Formats: sequence, structure tokens, C-alpha cells
Amino acid sequence: MAWVRGFFARRGVMEVETPVLGRYGVTDSNIDSIPASPAPVAAGFAEAWLQTSPEYHMKRLLAAGAGPIYQVARVFRDGESGRRHNPEFSLLEWYRPGFTDTDLMAEVSELVCGWLGCEAPRMMRYRDVFLRFAGVDPFLATDSELAARCEQWLAPGQVQAFSRDDCLDLLMGCQVEPALASAGPVFVTGYPESQAALARVSEQDGLRQAHRFELYVQGVELCNGYWELTDWEEQQQRFAADNQARASAGKPEMPVDKAFLAALQAGVPDCAGVALGLDRLLMLKLGLDDLAGVIAFPADRA
Amino acid sequence: MASYSTNEFRGGLKVLLDGDPCIILENEFVKPGKGQAFNRVKLRNLMTNRQWERTFKSGESLEAADVVDLEMEYLYTDGEFWHFMKTDGSFEQYPADAKAVSDALKWLKEQDVYTVTLYNGAPLTVTPPNFVELEVVDTDPGMKGDTAQGGTKPATLSTGAVVNVPLFITIGEVLKVDTRSGEYVSRVKSS
Repeated sequence: MAWVRGFFARRGVMEVETPVLGRYGVTDSNIDSIPASPAPVAAGFAEAWLQTSPEYHMKRLLAAGAGPIYQVARVFRDGESGRRHNPEFSLLEWYRPGFTDTDLMAEVSELVCGWLGCEAPRMMRYRDVFLRFAGVDPFLATDSELAARCEQWLAPGQVQAFSRDDCLDLLMGCQVEPALASAGPVFVTGYPESQAALARVSEQDGLRQAHRFELYVQGVELCNGYWELTDWEEQQQRFAADNQARASAGKPEMPVDKAFLAALQAGVPDCAGVALGLDRLLMLKLGLDDLAGVIAFPADRA
Repeated sequence: MASYSTNEFRGGLKVLLDGDPCIILENEFVKPGKGQAFNRVKLRNLMTNRQWERTFKSGESLEAADVVDLEMEYLYTDGEFWHFMKTDGSFEQYPADAKAVSDALKWLKEQDVYTVTLYNGAPLTVTPPNFVELEVVDTDPGMKGDTAQGGTKPATLSTGAVVNVPLFITIGEVLKVDTRSGEYVSRVKSS
């Protein structure tokens, strides 16, 4: 923490705090907010959610002219538990007005590799890691080609209930990530448009690619960053699409964060932002391969 | 029938997969970035003893298998079935076939207690205790003075099992044997 605070103090990035308990959750089809029911106080609300990331609140601060900001936030994601997941964890999230994804990756590299003492990450496109480690083109392969690739991990027929993104995620988790474990630090960039989340999308090499990046060190996914989408109408459409995906996966739809959309409408400056899992970073620093070694009370003993 | 969701999967849990009872050995949670979460599960098929690896979307569920382990006393065999009796005082008996008894056969001694795994109420496997005490019914005569040499010779036990024993062992002695390795452990002092 001393390293992190010193790093940002030297760069003039302001530390902020935003609510852990918020009025809205997230619509992401693969991230579930934990609901809470606080007593409705004056001008308050009776339905609330433990935040899965401080992103929306921090973007509201950006819209209000906060300038470069960072935060160490406690965040919650329902149902995520394993060697590299705990339902409650510490996220270091920061935003840099005027930065592109490339600028921010350089800063992430200085922060992470400066502390871990590892070599600077290589850049690899999402398309290239798939071609190299899974032997399939994530942009141009047909749905049935992707499904065929997945079958070795599944029971016969199981893949029929998989969407294209489910197939990509399975290959990422079962084949690409394990291969990255021995590939040295790697920034994966240029995600398919369907996995853009809150990143802007542009056409590169004739393919629609998201300006989203993830850093993998020893196969551990450490952070997720975007050259942020600031178009509120497109954001609204993505929220609606998220909720459609949730509905078709049999999950409850989530109310859309109107305050966040209003902030985008009012104008969030062009910026890049990233969220980094501090528990995983500490795990790597200590040479461990289970979060239970760095969290005093993991979920099963909380 | 009860079922278990992936987030309830734990080592030791018994579930039905492709119609066969399986025991979960390992369960790893995998979730790339903001993507779909999966559980990579290692299971052992209790019918075939083969190990399987399967991946499930998190939140999927499997039917629970009606599998229980019970302590039972071995009674007798009629040649086709080996009959076991519950030790809870109910005197309830269960016939196990040759497939269920399998490798445990050579360790079966009347009135000893074994772990019988029941699937849908019928014996699926019989597991002997880690150590059994059995009498030697046949072996070459022991030779005096050979105790320090550490040589071994085969000995046939009352159940038909053949184990390698030290040269000083004689017919009629009771031995303690490790059923997992099939190895001689020690003599049992006659009281």
C-alpha cells in the first residue's frame, strides 16, 4: 500500500473514496451484485447493492471535474470463490483523463513490474493469443468451429447451450490462461466487440476491436482496463444488451444506473481507466498460488 | 431427488453424471476477466473407478447420487453373493456380488467389519479396513537364525491371500497386514 500511495502521490493522482453500498448494481451478465436492504432514510432508497467496482461513482467524479483519481476499494462479487477468487476483495482502480489505453498500459507496467520486479509485459492481441494457444481465430471462426474446440472439456451436447462468448471464455479459461502462465507478463489487448464492456471500440485490421486490455502475470489475470467509452447513448444500448443477455441466461435483470448515465451525458472527459486486483498482486509478490494465503479470513471463514 | 449446484461442489460429494454415481475429487473455479464463470471438476466414477474431468458453467447443477458408506460385518458367501450385515443392531443384511467385492475378496474374514458403499440401497463396493489380522495357513518352515538376514518367503493366509513374510513366520501365527499395499506389517501377539 505504501508503494501504491507513493506511486500516485508522485504523479499527482488524487485518492478518493466512493460508496461501498450503492443505489445501483451492475448489468454485466457475468458479474452478480450482492443485494442489501438498508432502511429507507430521507431521500434514500430501500434497495441497494454492494458495489462490484467503484467505476460508476468514479466516473461521476470525473464528470464533475475531479481530474486524475485513484481509489483502493473493497468490492463484492456474488458467487466467485476459488483459488483466484474471493467474493470480497480489494480493487485498485484509477482514471487518467487524456490518456489512451496505450498510455495507461505503460503506467500499469511501471506500477506492477516496478513492485514485482518483473520484466516489462509483452503486448499480444486477443486474436493472437487465441491463434497461438488455442489454434482458433476468435474473430473469424464460425460458431460451430468454436463449439467444436470446446467439446473436449464438456459432456456431449452441453455446448449447444453455449453462446459464442461462452465458448471464447471457456477456451480463455481452460487453454489460453494456463498457457500464459509460462509466457512471462503479457498485456492482452483488442478484445472482440461483444466483450468490450465499458471500452470504446474501433476498427483495426478490418475487425471491430475493443480498446480493452488485461495484464497477465504467470497466467494470473491482474487487471482490466479501458480507453473509456464516453458516449452515453452507446452506453445505454450496452446496458440494455447486458440485460437481454441476463434474461436469456435466466438471471434477473438489473436496474440501470441513471446517475452514471446522467454523468456520461453531462460529459465524462476522454480518459483511460483500469482496475487491478490487489490481493492477486500480493499473492504473486509472495510467490503463492492461492488467495487464501493473502486474505486473513477468506469467504469460508469470514 | 436433491441436486447440487456448482457452488456447492466439494471434494467427497457424490453426484450422478451420465447416469453413473461419481465422487467429486477436485473443483476449480475459472473465470476469465468479465466472462462466464466455469467450474472444472475432477470426478471418479464409482462404477468403473475411472477418473473424469468435466467443465460446467457455474450455476449448473448435478443430481445427488444416493450413495452411502456403512460399516457392515461380513457373514458368509453362498458362492454367488457375499452377505454383509449392518452393525447398528438392525441385523439388516445386504448381498454383495463379485463385482462389488472385487479386490476385497482376499481380505474377507467372517465377523470382521468392512465399509460397504451402497448405491440406491445395493452394495456398490466393499472396502476392507486398512489393516487386517489373519492367520497363516501355509508357509515353508521357518529357519532359526535367519531373523537378522531380512529375507522373505510367501505365506498363505486363512482368506487365501498370499503375502511376503519374514522367514521366521510359522503356520498358525496371526499377522497384521496392510490391505492397501498387500504387505506384511507385524506379528500379532497371541494373548
